[in-house]
Amino acid sequence: MKYIDEYRDETLTRNLLDEIRRTVTRPWKIMEVCGGQTHSILKNGLDQLLPAEVELVHGPGCPVCVTPLELIDKAIALASRPDVIFVSYGDMLRVPGSEKDLFGVRAAGGNVRVVYSPLDSLKIARENSDKTVVFFGIGFETTAPANAMAVVQAKNQGIQNFAMLVSHVTVPPAISALLESPDVRVDGFLAAGHVCTVMGYWEYEPLVEKYNVPVVVTGFEPVDIARGVLMCVKQLEAGRAEVENAYARSVRREGNEPAQAVINQVFEPCDRPWRGIGVIPMSGHRFRPAYAEYDAELRFPEVQTIATKESSLCLSGQVLQGILKPNQCPAFGKECTPQSPLGATMVSSEGACAAYYRYHRYAELQIPKDQTPKPLAPEPELSVV
Amino acid sequence: MCLGIPGKVTELYTANGMKMGRVDFGGVVKEACLEYLPDIRVGDYTIVHVGFGISQLDEDEARQTLALLREMDMLAGELPELAEAP
Amino acid sequence: MWTCPLPLRNYPTIVMGHGSGGKMMADLIQHLFAPLFANDLLGQMGDSTVIGGWRMADGRSSAISNQQSAIGDLRLAFTTDSFVVSPLVFPGGDIGELAVNGTVNDLAMSGARPLFLSAGFILEEGLPMEALGQIATSVANACREAGVQLVAGDTKVVNKGHGDGLYINTSGLGLIPPGVEIAPNRAQPGDAVIVSGTMGDHGMAIMSVREGLEFETVIESDTAPLSCLVEAMVAVGEHGDSPLHCLRDATRGGLAAVLNELATASKLGIEFSERDVPVRPEVHAACEMLGLDPFYVANEGKLVAIVPEAQAEAVLAAMRSHRFGKDAARIGNVVADHSGLVIARTGIGGSRVVDLPAGELLPRIC
Repeated sequence: MKYIDEYRDETLTRNLLDEIRRTVTRPWKIMEVCGGQTHSILKNGLDQLLPAEVELVHGPGCPVCVTPLELIDKAIALASRPDVIFVSYGDMLRVPGSEKDLFGVRAAGGNVRVVYSPLDSLKIARENSDKTVVFFGIGFETTAPANAMAVVQAKNQGIQNFAMLVSHVTVPPAISALLESPDVRVDGFLAAGHVCTVMGYWEYEPLVEKYNVPVVVTGFEPVDIARGVLMCVKQLEAGRAEVENAYARSVRREGNEPAQAVINQVFEPCDRPWRGIGVIPMSGHRFRPAYAEYDAELRFPEVQTIATKESSLCLSGQVLQGILKPNQCPAFGKECTPQSPLGATMVSSEGACAAYYRYHRYAELQIPKDQTPKPLAPEPELSVV
Repeated sequence: MCLGIPGKVTELYTANGMKMGRVDFGGVVKEACLEYLPDIRVGDYTIVHVGFGISQLDEDEARQTLALLREMDMLAGELPELAEAP
Repeated sequence: MWTCPLPLRNYPTIVMGHGSGGKMMADLIQHLFAPLFANDLLGQMGDSTVIGGWRMADGRSSAISNQQSAIGDLRLAFTTDSFVVSPLVFPGGDIGELAVNGTVNDLAMSGARPLFLSAGFILEEGLPMEALGQIATSVANACREAGVQLVAGDTKVVNKGHGDGLYINTSGLGLIPPGVEIAPNRAQPGDAVIVSGTMGDHGMAIMSVREGLEFETVIESDTAPLSCLVEAMVAVGEHGDSPLHCLRDATRGGLAAVLNELATASKLGIEFSERDVPVRPEVHAACEMLGLDPFYVANEGKLVAIVPEAQAEAVLAAMRSHRFGKDAARIGNVVADHSGLVIARTGIGGSRVVDLPAGELLPRIC
């Protein structure tokens, strides 16, 4: 595939890694903000190829992971209604709510469907005029323009049996919150390439100035990520702190302005709780009054009273802030596995815990035993007929 | 956080007042909303996320950066591939 | 009184993941079915069960093993499989063809020559007669192609809304020639791991026509009977001894599930190179688009073979000269390290664990 295969080239990646090795002189902690980058790093085994001085920590950029339990419970309550067709991206179906997940709702007779695009949910609404189609509007700034367009189209086309449960979050306030936290020690950031494609990177310029920390806008393939790390390390070694763009084939400073305009037309910023982290001021979206009729929480006001609390065993908030590595959580691989996850970070395939569980156990086996708490023994299991 | 895949626009049309297109991802073709890419034309590459084009790929920039990275390869010196080259 | 075993208590009801060939299904089988039905034959846990040469618990020879002595060294292979695919007709095949080939392949994976099939049709009220006619014709054609006879059948009709148009169950019997010893636990360190062709075609063909995900592509299901291919592979052995240690058809859960099952059963590790696994460019592209890993996507006409290093090239050559094995490739090795774990060498020279799929394969946006 053009614009993918070239960026998975082994030689180019190795050269960049060699250059990182030549450049680095002391330990640096770099956070890849985006879960898609985490997924790519672990899927390609890139973390094992980096010099020991460069430590990658996984950031909070996974919408599935940071969607609060309360919203999952609201989704489950809505999906359980006989007059609702609940429509979601595939990612959200296995995220555990307090009692069950959306798969469990489907098993109990709920009408839960998976779509590729939010516009598909309008089609479902047109074809099922006797039901209300509720779309689970999760995502960061990348997904918000698509979800916003579905609402605009619902209004333009006069589709009234459509509503959206909004769980949008935004990146720059989260990075500010991380930089303000005394527990978080990150030397540099790889900013999320597709969020910046939509929003541009001018928002990071004041952050870089205020906190004196380099930010490199980075893509998703191994060559892109290695290049982002190299640019970040070069800045750190030179004592610079700037916003740089390592994903210029897609990202411009000002971002995609038509997309931003539609986000602003439909949504306004609001405070938003992040699962495991807590409320981050002005880090989410809610409907503007002109579109309030599409707000699922207003359409079905009874879900507004749902309030839930997290498992106390789950330390995903600290993982999402880069304070803990997933395997440093006492529940990792014990009470918490991808098959019975305690938190969303163990569910989403880009969630740091699930990605660690899937890709990292081998690396753990490679570490001499005295350095690692306890390598996971593979579970004995029966083969499947 | 956001899966975005590059593809080539093969056809443009309007549906429900939106700019729509067919995008070819290496032999797999899917409809995408291109309303956010007012300048995109047939033959251009776009990055598609949840059925929406979010970016028109800067192909010149991509070519230049790759050339630069490959040059770094040459400069890296005693690479075995180079030694074998005619 | 039956109490729910621990690993199943997270799910008070059956969910789709319990049938998707991954960890959840393995748990269901291991903790619910296997303890209730336990016997030595079921304990083989192969694609089909090999019957013959076994003894009753008290040491007496069973009726079957007596009979078996009368027919020499031949052993029976027995299997059953149910087919619940939606839509019923998909690019490259339909549920009827799938129902025959699936059971034929399960028999072939024991090295058996498939002989007899039964078919149970569960029809939903309202299914167009023409659709049933088309699918039954496919069943007949697939039987002819695979060289098996359909010798027993059953038909039931359920109320509208209680079935996806049509479900089919097939069971199959085959005979295993002497000298063939294929079992999931027979892998040895150093053995070569071979796949018979491109991975993920069937699953992606189905995805391409699934409601809400539709995309245009030339991808077709790879559904095919693999018994002839297996015969050609068995024939590589000298003096009638098959060179094959393990065979599995890579259906639900794809390559990843099969390699994990074989590593677990053999208590050994498996290493393979991602680059050496054949994947059609369109399947690769569709997987990128939906955020899926082709190694987890289902096949219906592809197998994974584990063979001794010394015979690997000869087996590969035999496979490549067969029409269902022309893209066969050697992808890796069985190793003594990391028992039960499957490790892939990635395209950039890193490594990762390739785990069992967790549940139903879902497209992701992030």
